Amino acid sequence: MNNSISTYTLRIADDSLILGHRVSEWCGHGPILEEDIALTNIALDLIGQATSLLEYAAATEGKGRTADDLAFLRYERDYTNVLLAEQPNGDFGQTIVRQWLFDTFRLFFYEALCYSKDPQLAAIAEKSLKETKYHFKHSSEWVIRLGDGTEESHQRAQAALDLLWRYAEELFFMNAVDHELIAQGIAVDLTTIKPLWLERIQHVAKEATLKLPETNWVMKGGREGQHSEYLGYLLAEMQYMQRTYPGMEW
Amino acid sequence: MVTEQDIWHWLEDVNDPEVPVLSVVDLGVVRSVNLLDNEVEILITPTYSGCPAMQVIENGIRSKLAEKGLKNVTVTTVLSPAWTTDWLSEKGRKKLREYGIAPPENEVDKSALFADPVVVPCPICHSKNTRMVSQFGSTACKAHYQCNDCREPFDYFKCLK
Repeated sequence: MNNSISTYTLRIADDSLILGHRVSEWCGHGPILEEDIALTNIALDLIGQATSLLEYAAATEGKGRTADDLAFLRYERDYTNVLLAEQPNGDFGQTIVRQWLFDTFRLFFYEALCYSKDPQLAAIAEKSLKETKYHFKHSSEWVIRLGDGTEESHQRAQAALDLLWRYAEELFFMNAVDHELIAQGIAVDLTTIKPLWLERIQHVAKEATLKLPETNWVMKGGREGQHSEYLGYLLAEMQYMQRTYPGMEW
Repeated sequence: MVTEQDIWHWLEDVNDPEVPVLSVVDLGVVRSVNLLDNEVEILITPTYSGCPAMQVIENGIRSKLAEKGLKNVTVTTVLSPAWTTDWLSEKGRKKLREYGIAPPENEVDKSALFADPVVVPCPICHSKNTRMVSQFGSTACKAHYQCNDCREPFDYFKCLK
């Protein structure tokens, strides 16, 4: 059993699971019907990807835990998602800007992970990439529509970008686990995709007449289990049923 | 003596729960059927990662084969090669159209932002004067369109490559 692979897979899984749960909070609250449906579809894709990833993380962990155990029965400090994923939805603009920063990252990340020497990770990446292309198009177009829209939508999109930019750097977090797996051709060297991400982000921001904040202030810690105050509340809701009725099935 | 061909044939009676006009064979979700002595292994692949129909499809395959007297059946989900709308059979496309869902068209590169959406003929009146209402529709695999001529809203089974 390879615990580095499990740790690595769990990070990707947690990003998908936590962001998927966040986006699902829009269900029934979307600004227009079509967006309500779009956001819930995107949430469903993310939760679906999380399922495949959690199954693989559980299998490689070799402790007899299932994907459900990992999703619903861990404590806050055991989740290794980036802080960006757990940030509150805010207004529609904030949700879209968060999604855009993440989708653009995921697009290049999955493209690279398709070449992983780990066949299961490569298969999950190949599958997820097709879905991510739709998400990327959706969030990028909305960023441009909002940024280059009315005075109000521009101001809100810019405020969201100013708020969330500090969380973007953590997407490129790497430690010994990554370096070990990069050497084996399994993990993605995130330094190689960062310039691609930045170039694409700059391009869309320019179209959207949005200004990327000029700051080096970075918020991170999620990858090491140190979360913002928001994750606990999210987990309380997400885990409620399994904590209250352990082993419940439907 | 049961053959793999018999099993393929029987699986044509197992329908997708969300698009009931399509069988799991039309949809390209069944990837292979392997028969070894009395044991059958069926490989299936999801259309989308989060497709909630997969469990129902698996159960449908099991009960259809049990009905035919096959007991040792394993249904395994594989992710690679990833499902693509190219695997929809010609028969499947025809059935979709008759059911009122426009089958997938070859689409332009999705990385092009604000590119004109693909022209999807209306499955009701066949007009090409239609518009995309939303890239996301009633299920993960569909987009939402409306015909500008007959005014009918319709589902489009969107291209996934």
